[in-house]
Amino acid sequence: MAIIDLANPTRFLNIVNRALPWLAVATVLVFVFGLTRILNSPDDYQQGATVKIMYLHVPAAWLSMMCWGVMSLAALGTLVWKHPLADVSGKAAAPIGAAFTFICLVTGSLWGRPTWGTYWVWDARLTSMLVLFLLYLGVLALYWTVEDPGRGSRAAAILALVGAINIPIIKFSVEYWNTLHQPASLFRKGGSAIDPSILLPLLVMATGFTLLFFTLHLAAMRNEILRRRVRAMRLIQAQELAEARA
Amino acid sequence: MSAFISLLVRDMRIAVRVGGGALMGALFFLIVVTMMPFAIGPDLGLLARIGPAILWLGALLASLLALDRLFANDHDDGSLDLLMMGRMPLELTVAAKAIAHWLTTGLPLVLIAPVLGLMLNVEMHAMVWVALTLLAGTPALTFIGLIGAALAVTLRRGGLLLAVLVLPLTVPVLIFGVAAANAAIVGPAPFGPPFTILCALSLASLVLGPVAAAAALRAGQE
Repeated sequence: MAIIDLANPTRFLNIVNRALPWLAVATVLVFVFGLTRILNSPDDYQQGATVKIMYLHVPAAWLSMMCWGVMSLAALGTLVWKHPLADVSGKAAAPIGAAFTFICLVTGSLWGRPTWGTYWVWDARLTSMLVLFLLYLGVLALYWTVEDPGRGSRAAAILALVGAINIPIIKFSVEYWNTLHQPASLFRKGGSAIDPSILLPLLVMATGFTLLFFTLHLAAMRNEILRRRVRAMRLIQAQELAEARA
Repeated sequence: MSAFISLLVRDMRIAVRVGGGALMGALFFLIVVTMMPFAIGPDLGLLARIGPAILWLGALLASLLALDRLFANDHDDGSLDLLMMGRMPLELTVAAKAIAHWLTTGLPLVLIAPVLGLMLNVEMHAMVWVALTLLAGTPALTFIGLIGAALAVTLRRGGLLLAVLVLPLTVPVLIFGVAAANAAIVGPAPFGPPFTILCALSLASLVLGPVAAAAALRAGQE
């Protein structure tokens, strides 16, 4: 099945309605498994139990960046291939990405208090995460201000592509300042620096978060398609009413 | 090329005439810098230390405020549609408008920055460096802002939306601009790396800005 077959919203809705319960169940199962692994995982010798915040914090950070990737792909779909569902996908991804970024910021702040002694520091990663959050809010602001869905989604698509340049700068800024936040410890030369007893639950949670993202994303896309149908029907209804009165 | 230059000259001529508001940005810059000591206090030592940062922030806000003017007037009187129908590629048209905009609002900011620096007790030799970083960095602000201006004009929204869209994208420019200025004045880090990165940001936005802005204008027209 080609991706163009999904261009028909009704067919897409059928597939989504069939896939969504399975995805939701899989998400819950992975999360339950991950949480049990976390309960069995050891505390950090220095940080104690607070290290368990990591299992929320790190996957949320990864997902917040992946979500912008999904939005950029959707933006290409909107601008280049003019795929009818691409702008629906982009619009559905934006609030989810903003929420993941927000979760990452909040958990990071709560984690920073016991370990660094402060809720907030102006360190490279925190700051670039905050900028990412602001960029998400900018995209959302575009959607909020524009009534016509097509016009708004094209504008947001351009902003998403421009913002995609920001993500390499996030990585770059880590190298440039590198103050309080520890450097990347999972993906680096010479293999991971994390003990397997912590790495396994982390990867399980990351999988759970990814599944959660796709579940929410598909559900949000379905809602957006239905919302647009309601809007179109209301416009027709209003037009008929106006004609009847004339 | 002649179309490019004539558009450039036209935009500059409009900007310096009555209602063009070319000097409004510089005036706003002056006012922002004047307000800072009222908020921070008249401690000259402190002002000298954060002077470059104040100048950069003021220049950022001033160039942001002037962005509205980039397309709004041309859009209102219909000449933007004519420009878009012209034979010159839209990317070049947009670039000409942005260069004219920088020459009439960005360059005055660079020129008055040394004078404002005196008021902030920034030393004379340091002011040259701050002005140099502004000269290298303000084109990036204009060309990044160009994207936001194009998006805002097609959506017929300006003002706050423009600021919300553009400001997060200008973070790297501000960081490296202030870093380069501070490196030149107090050290100990070398001036070269942040300054060349600042130049790179300007050059990259010079390429990316017009392409994205042209795409935004085209998308808004459909």
